[in-house]
Amino acid sequence: MSGARSPSYGAGKPGRGARFIEWVDERFPLSDLMREHVTEYYAAKNFNWWYVFGVLALVTLIIQLLTGIFLTMNYKPSADDAFASVEYIMREVEWGWLIRYMHSTGASMFFVVVYLHMFRGMMYGSYKAPRELLWVVGMLIYLALMAEAFMGYLLPWGQMSYWGAQVIVSLFGAVPVVGDALMEWIRGDYFISDITLNRFFALHVIAVPLALILLVVVHILALHTTGSLNPDGIEIKERKDANGVPLDGVAFHPYHTSKDLIAIIAFAIVFSAIVFFAPEMGGLFLEPPNFEPANMLKTPEHIAPVWYFTPFYAILRSVPSKGWGAFLMLAAIVLLFLLPWLDRCKVKSIRYRGFSFKLALGVFVVSFIALGYLGLMPATGLYVTLARLFTITYFAFFLLMPIYTAREKTRPVPERVVYHHD
Amino acid sequence: MTDEASNSRRHFLAVATSVTGVVGLAFVATPFVASFKPSTRARALGAPVEVDIGKLDAGSMVRVVWRGQPVWVLRRGPEMLGRLEGADAGKLKDPDSLESLQPSYAQNAVRSVKPEFLVVVGNCTHLGCAPLERFEVAPADLGPDWVGGFYCPCHGSKFDLAARVMNGSPAPTNLVVPPHRYASDTLIIIGEESGANA
Repeated sequence: MSGARSPSYGAGKPGRGARFIEWVDERFPLSDLMREHVTEYYAAKNFNWWYVFGVLALVTLIIQLLTGIFLTMNYKPSADDAFASVEYIMREVEWGWLIRYMHSTGASMFFVVVYLHMFRGMMYGSYKAPRELLWVVGMLIYLALMAEAFMGYLLPWGQMSYWGAQVIVSLFGAVPVVGDALMEWIRGDYFISDITLNRFFALHVIAVPLALILLVVVHILALHTTGSLNPDGIEIKERKDANGVPLDGVAFHPYHTSKDLIAIIAFAIVFSAIVFFAPEMGGLFLEPPNFEPANMLKTPEHIAPVWYFTPFYAILRSVPSKGWGAFLMLAAIVLLFLLPWLDRCKVKSIRYRGFSFKLALGVFVVSFIALGYLGLMPATGLYVTLARLFTITYFAFFLLMPIYTAREKTRPVPERVVYHHD
Repeated sequence: MTDEASNSRRHFLAVATSVTGVVGLAFVATPFVASFKPSTRARALGAPVEVDIGKLDAGSMVRVVWRGQPVWVLRRGPEMLGRLEGADAGKLKDPDSLESLQPSYAQNAVRSVKPEFLVVVGNCTHLGCAPLERFEVAPADLGPDWVGGFYCPCHGSKFDLAARVMNGSPAPTNLVVPPHRYASDTLIIIGEESGANA
């Protein structure tokens, strides 16, 4: 290791590197920022593997940004050329297939890590006071991610791109009074056309990514203001040593970063395995009808969005009314935003929470996964009945929360973090 | 000048500047928001299309594209019209097309100007999929009560031979009848209306 970062106030003359850092620090708070957010940002030492998904989401964002930039260099955002340009990338651009599969796999993996990251927050009460804003900003990131994924899916201009966009855009038609005008405004045409494709491309590669990056910065700043929580749901800032360092905390770098590195390597292995061996994931990541160019006169036999939207899609379809279906779908997302205020229990971590919450969270997870499965299936017979049942249990988790969390029988929370709980 | 006086002055100036700024922002935003609306070219491409129905056989359908939407012209022979008449209107969500979209000249039991020709937009009113033509009677998958019509494969909406939606379908209304007129006995112009038909 070179002494670039070594403090300059030791014996002897400061080295060249240290003098350079000093020169920068007088003009830009580099060392201050590093200390505040990296080397002296303390997070609990009892983090478990659930705590790696935030970093993995960041890694995925970087993968998407990089592969996305390279894809735009060969992609053509027009109804006549889009499909062919994707095939061109896949077949003729050097390593184009790899870059494209990394981007399409990255989209699905983004949702995998974000869903696990959100579930971690729900388990350990990461959304509770004083982290409400952190949660709300996180939810905004999730919304931006959904918009990004939806618009990105139109770009290959395949059958599922086209008809999926048709279905989602027509949801805006459910808005009272201005519905039709709103749809025309979104499409810029009377149907999903070249014009729509061109603007979705602009939003997908510029507007939404910028918003995402900004939101991620706000998310991390909010996190570093409240401090990270931990599997015990204890505020480590409340117990500090003489130097003001939390007794139960260790510095983000090098302690948490070295642990995160292992997670990143494991993630990279899984990611590569998908890219190389199952980039279509049996039709889940890239749907079969999307290998056919968009045809506005022929609807695919069965329209299903990509897997990460299917829980909400199942809710939409479970209602035999367009207006109410769209409303429930929106409500299903809005309720997630309200989680910090719906939960009345003072205890944060599931380790010390009562049976009622554990049961409710279990019901929520089962409902979400079941709805996700049902959203992929045709809307007939038993599938509809089941989707209705799980829609009810999904909403019950949120709407009954103020009741079952208010009278929850919790266990005493320890004063210091523990490594192995019973 | 006292501190208080200057504070209220400051407050007034701050509010006045903010309000002016917001109004200015709204003006600046207008062209950007409006640029999202269909352009002149998009509007021009939405021009009317002609359909020759002279060679259309009874029971068959012709599809054309108008404003990117599939428009269907179905020729219903006497046999089909008989089936339509014989069906139970109680099974329909909107039998008289009161909630549905169609020009006034197509707001009748057969939803058309001439009973023989049905002109509809082939987009399901639920989420815009294209329903399939299922004109046969009582096929295995649609049940013994089916007397022909359109079936949407996406979410299972069912429509009769006048494109009227049946109860239990997610689609809220009947299929849309686009504005159209007969230029002659064998030529329909879609996207254009004339006083003669109304």
